[in-house]
Amino acid sequence: MDTEHILEMRGITKTFPGVKALADVTLAVRRGEIHAICGENGAGKSTLMKVLSGIYPHGTYEGDIVLDGEVQEFRGIRDSERRGVVIIHQELALSPYLSIAENIFLGNERAERGVMDWNRTNAEAARLLARVGLAERPDTRVSDIGVGKQQLVEIAKALSKEVRLLILDEPTAALNDEDSAHLLGLIRGLRDEGITSIIISHKLNEIEAIADTTTIIRDGQTIESLDMRGSEPVTEERIIRGMVGRPLDHRFPDHTPSIGEEVLRIEDWTVHHPVDQTRKVVDRASLTVHRGEIVGLAGLMGAGRTELAMSVFGRSYGTRISGRLYKDGQEITATTVQQAIAHGIAYATEDRKRFGLNLIDTVQHNVSAAALGKLARRGVVDREAESTVAEGYRQELNIKTPTVTALVGKLSGGNQQKVVLSKWIYADPDVLILDEPTRGIDVGAKYEIYTIINRLADAGKGVLVISSELPELLGVCDRIYALSQGRVTGEVARADATQEHLMHFMTMDKDGIAR
Amino acid sequence: MSTTTDVNVPSPTPPGTPRVPLGQRLQGLGGNARQYGIFGALVVIILLFQVLTDGKLLLANNVAALFQQNAYVMILAIGMVMVIVAGHIDLSVGSVVAFVGGVVAVTMRDPIGLPWIAAVLVGLAVGAMVGAWQGFWVAYVGIPAFIVTLAGMLVFRGLALVIVGETLAGLPPAFIRISKGSLPPWLNYVGNMDGVTLVIGALAVAAIVLTQVRARRSLRRHDLHVEALGLFVTKLAAIAVGIGILTVILSFSAGGTPIVLVIVGVLVVAYSFLMGRTVFGRHIYAIGGNRSAAALSGVSTRRVDFWIFVNMGLLAGVAAIVTTARAGAAIAAAGQNFELDAIAACFIGGAAVTGGIGRVSGAIVGALIMGVLNMGLSILSVDPAWQMAIKGFVLLLAVAFDLLNKRRAGTQ
Repeated sequence: MDTEHILEMRGITKTFPGVKALADVTLAVRRGEIHAICGENGAGKSTLMKVLSGIYPHGTYEGDIVLDGEVQEFRGIRDSERRGVVIIHQELALSPYLSIAENIFLGNERAERGVMDWNRTNAEAARLLARVGLAERPDTRVSDIGVGKQQLVEIAKALSKEVRLLILDEPTAALNDEDSAHLLGLIRGLRDEGITSIIISHKLNEIEAIADTTTIIRDGQTIESLDMRGSEPVTEERIIRGMVGRPLDHRFPDHTPSIGEEVLRIEDWTVHHPVDQTRKVVDRASLTVHRGEIVGLAGLMGAGRTELAMSVFGRSYGTRISGRLYKDGQEITATTVQQAIAHGIAYATEDRKRFGLNLIDTVQHNVSAAALGKLARRGVVDREAESTVAEGYRQELNIKTPTVTALVGKLSGGNQQKVVLSKWIYADPDVLILDEPTRGIDVGAKYEIYTIINRLADAGKGVLVISSELPELLGVCDRIYALSQGRVTGEVARADATQEHLMHFMTMDKDGIAR
Repeated sequence: MSTTTDVNVPSPTPPGTPRVPLGQRLQGLGGNARQYGIFGALVVIILLFQVLTDGKLLLANNVAALFQQNAYVMILAIGMVMVIVAGHIDLSVGSVVAFVGGVVAVTMRDPIGLPWIAAVLVGLAVGAMVGAWQGFWVAYVGIPAFIVTLAGMLVFRGLALVIVGETLAGLPPAFIRISKGSLPPWLNYVGNMDGVTLVIGALAVAAIVLTQVRARRSLRRHDLHVEALGLFVTKLAAIAVGIGILTVILSFSAGGTPIVLVIVGVLVVAYSFLMGRTVFGRHIYAIGGNRSAAALSGVSTRRVDFWIFVNMGLLAGVAAIVTTARAGAAIAAAGQNFELDAIAACFIGGAAVTGGIGRVSGAIVGALIMGVLNMGLSILSVDPAWQMAIKGFVLLLAVAFDLLNKRRAGTQ
């Protein structure tokens, strides 16, 4: 028995009709380590993990999965879980209206001949919660706790299955820094208890901090395996070089702004939570955007960035909204999305799949969705003109799709994002609010998105960029506002901005005292 | 994946030489392939019953009767497919048919005694008002359509009983002709064939060929992707032959072209255009595909929902007129299970249960498949109980087949 490696995947090849997703991939995970897998979107990381966990059953791929020296033939996720391999997906798989305890033992109930043993369920759940450091009662409904805590429930659930190899797909993507730090600490703690983890992440600083080994996958092939604890420290740049196959000299395009008149001004904007109407989600926020200017909005999770943007965009979020909105110096009202669009305001969502695209429709229909009126005469759509418009954006923004009549759902994340951008560029707004425009997009496509943002500014539009990645804001924006607990706590010009400076404002509490 | 500032701009595709690899071309066909599949299924079922019934299925009078018997399903299915694409359902249409039928009959008979055309208009208006009532609850109050129309099913059945009692017979012959009559023989007979029918068939073929050729030419002119010439010609030829055969058979029938066929034909053309070419139609697909994304793109989802139900009510009114005319009387129990026929037609025709996908043409073909099954089994004197069971299986198989197909072609 191979004692050094808990897992070896040898020569894994997985083919989908017309596409080779994995070609002869090799992965060797040592017992008791934290093993990171890096790669651009579409490189094959998730496919590899689906092969490992039996979601793609034995026989649908070539190659061997060797666990503890034995070749495994998983026919489904139950088989892999029986051997202690548990995968936690990026989109959490918890049932929102069940309690934490019920979720932990879902499919694995603590029961006596089909009758639930609630005392055992709750008691064991409480022990698991203590182990993951989650201070919640086991009978709390999952929908009542935040994403960070839900992630911990997922881990508790994995522990209940006596996990030996834990696979985490982008575990911190939706978490704020505090929750991320807690989660990473927990993974380290589990390592000390002997649980091996495989972690897929785009956040290279986290990988640098936590991983013992990093395997890089590119275009469905294993490129290299880096020992992160070797004599020579592995830098983010080093990992990026492996991921993109070339050194990334500059991650942000050069841009010289030409800033014009004020185009949007928000004054004393206050928004209350739609359910808990006494809670202020945005609190007397004021900001301005000029033509040709790229303005950043920084803030931790829950700071109210998206809520501010969506409430400005036709009151798509929140209740009891107050404050004033000025467009080109004139006060305007925009209580519906239609009015906001008519006033030249556009908002590209952070959640493409849920709020941005009709995935079961074509590229061209998605591109035209926000400005169909421009393509129609007396309510009849000019389909040729529509195709021509979409084709134009396909070429201009380099959207990788065979035709504009292909379904948007089949495109990669970066190309889907370009479709969202095309939609709003075609609507020809004066102000574009881009909420996390590069979330879940690989490094190369990010550069293209930045280029598009620069071009929009050069065309005289005001751009407001919301991002959780501070380097991105620093690399792209001319001016950055920091938000904390719904308040604008700071405004920094590009020249003065550093990550530390911004973080200082982002962690200020609402009375302006640094935490 | 370029680190250069210049965005790579590929040269435009030269006309007629698509650079798209074959696999992706077939994938692009995806939406259409399903359509061809359902047409194929209809042809197979027709041929099957043609053989099983020793050629009785396609006798001229049977074909005319097929349309007269099933016009109501096709009319309701047009409205239903729009409701389903938007992600709703309407369980009330059968009851609405009975209710509106009663209204039409009452307005035509003494003491009101309006002329039949006026009664028809009243019926359409009442249908639209019923739709507006349900649309209000769905769109502006936010009650799921399943509940609203389940309530409507009871409410309008009850109201039908109130105004009709049991049966209201004695309707004007001109009204009854809507369902039982055919277009008058304005033109001479060619041999035994009705000239009017032949001319209509020829015009239909010419119109389809002309619009398709023009659409193709326009795509070409804009350097956009067009389907292969061979496929295009084959498709047009198949349509032309299909309509040609139908025309010739109908021209031998006792009356020529049934009036309801004209009504259905006009509705199919008009609603295909509405769904495929207009902003309103596009908004329906957008809402069904992703309601939040549509709303954040500036689509007024409530207004669209409202008008979809108004339209469903209007079409239920049309179906009520056709049904009442065919029965020669308003019957309180009319329209039983009509909602299920219409829903089944939509799903057999490829509409997605989750919304966002579905076509008028598919729903019509779905209705025809059910109609041919009905007629074929009746000619074979199959017990009505078994007919019902067989139709149930066909519905299940059609949707299962569709699902398996999608899964096989599915995303990774």
